[in-house]
Amino acid sequence: MSSEAISSADYIKHHLTNWTYGQFPEGTENAGQWGFAHTAAEAKSMGFMAIHVDTMLWSIVTGLIFIYFFSKAAKRASAGIPTGFQNFVEMIVEFIDTSVRGSFTAKNDMVAPLAMTVFIWIFLMNFMDLIPVDWIPKASEWIGMTFFGAQEHHVYMKVVPSTDPNATIGMAFSVFFLVLFYSFKNKGISGFTAELTLMPFQSNNKVVQGLFIPVNFVLEFVSLIAKPISLALRLFGNMYAGEMIFILIAIMFNAGLVMATLGGVLQLGWAIFHILIITLQAFIFMTLTIVYLDMAHSDH
Amino acid sequence: MNINLTLFGQSITFIFFVIFVMKYVWPPLVAALEERKAKIADGLAAAEKGKHDGELAKQRVLDTLKEAKEKAQDIINQAEKRASEIVEESKDNARVEGERILAAANAEIEQEVNRAREHLRGQVVTLAVAGAGKVLKREIDEKANDDLLQDLVAQL
Repeated sequence: MSSEAISSADYIKHHLTNWTYGQFPEGTENAGQWGFAHTAAEAKSMGFMAIHVDTMLWSIVTGLIFIYFFSKAAKRASAGIPTGFQNFVEMIVEFIDTSVRGSFTAKNDMVAPLAMTVFIWIFLMNFMDLIPVDWIPKASEWIGMTFFGAQEHHVYMKVVPSTDPNATIGMAFSVFFLVLFYSFKNKGISGFTAELTLMPFQSNNKVVQGLFIPVNFVLEFVSLIAKPISLALRLFGNMYAGEMIFILIAIMFNAGLVMATLGGVLQLGWAIFHILIITLQAFIFMTLTIVYLDMAHSDH
Repeated sequence: MNINLTLFGQSITFIFFVIFVMKYVWPPLVAALEERKAKIADGLAAAEKGKHDGELAKQRVLDTLKEAKEKAQDIINQAEKRASEIVEESKDNARVEGERILAAANAEIEQEVNRAREHLRGQVVTLAVAGAGKVLKREIDEKANDDLLQDLVAQL
């Protein structure tokens, strides 16, 4: 593996640190400059003014794979007899179309494409989890050390974008922004405000109703905010836990032949089970996106 | 697990992909699916119609066949009737003609017989007269016995 042995804790920590590009904080030698973080602590010290290059890289790569194959299929789409990949794409389109028709009652041409992007993109990002945990990080370490003169263990590469809360929160907030936008658009400011303050407690007495307003607002505001947060954290939590188990199994490979064999079996088992989880999480994210947008469109 | 600018980066990427899919991927795929759906529906409707038409045609063929058979039977019946009529008619005609010919022949025979009788009578008279004349030539005057002779002739 490496010349200097590293502990299991370091191994895990290394795997959980993103390749970070950001502004070095005050009090360090390169203060104010932008650059790659060399250690986990350095990455942490950069605070908000940093970007996870690996998350962006792999999410864009998976996104481009999705875009490339699906636009190719879209270009060849015809009413004739579909074959091979064409058939597969049409099956997915049909599936998503059915899901959207089932949950989304208003008319909006954006929802179905949004749902498809969410489903396929998240699925592909999650799918990175099934690639053995050391392959890409080791390859990047070799590339970093050979071509860019990086120090050993200072190359970070976290390949599953959906195990980075930034990615899931970023997507969830985009969805949340759409929810807010359509809520205002379809219900008006007064309608949306009424929805937030006049429910669930109602009274015919004006004074009592006035007293209910702050209570209602607290309840409704929490449930509103809970939407994007739960959306983001559900996906992140599931993928993070799955990734963690893969890393723990990978540690077994260094603990003798018996443990390594057991680890191999466990890795296979967990990977097969994980196929279910990555698909399910992508599906849940998609379905909730559709449902939230439907709620933003409905008047009650 | 630091929250940082990646959040915005991810949002922007997400929005970009959604817009791309909305513009270039989703519409042609859905359009193709809708078109195929319409095509299949048309095909099924056409098949149904064809089947229906086929059944109608079959029914029509059967009807026509039945009609033709009936007509043929009628024609045969008529022809048979007509044939028997013609036979009857011919028989009648033949009988009438035969009778007519027979009657004509009988009449002619009668005529011939009469004529021959007249002729024979004349000759017999002449012969008798001649005979009588020869007998009487010597006994009676021809003129004196003319009345007697005439009377005799009339009696023959």
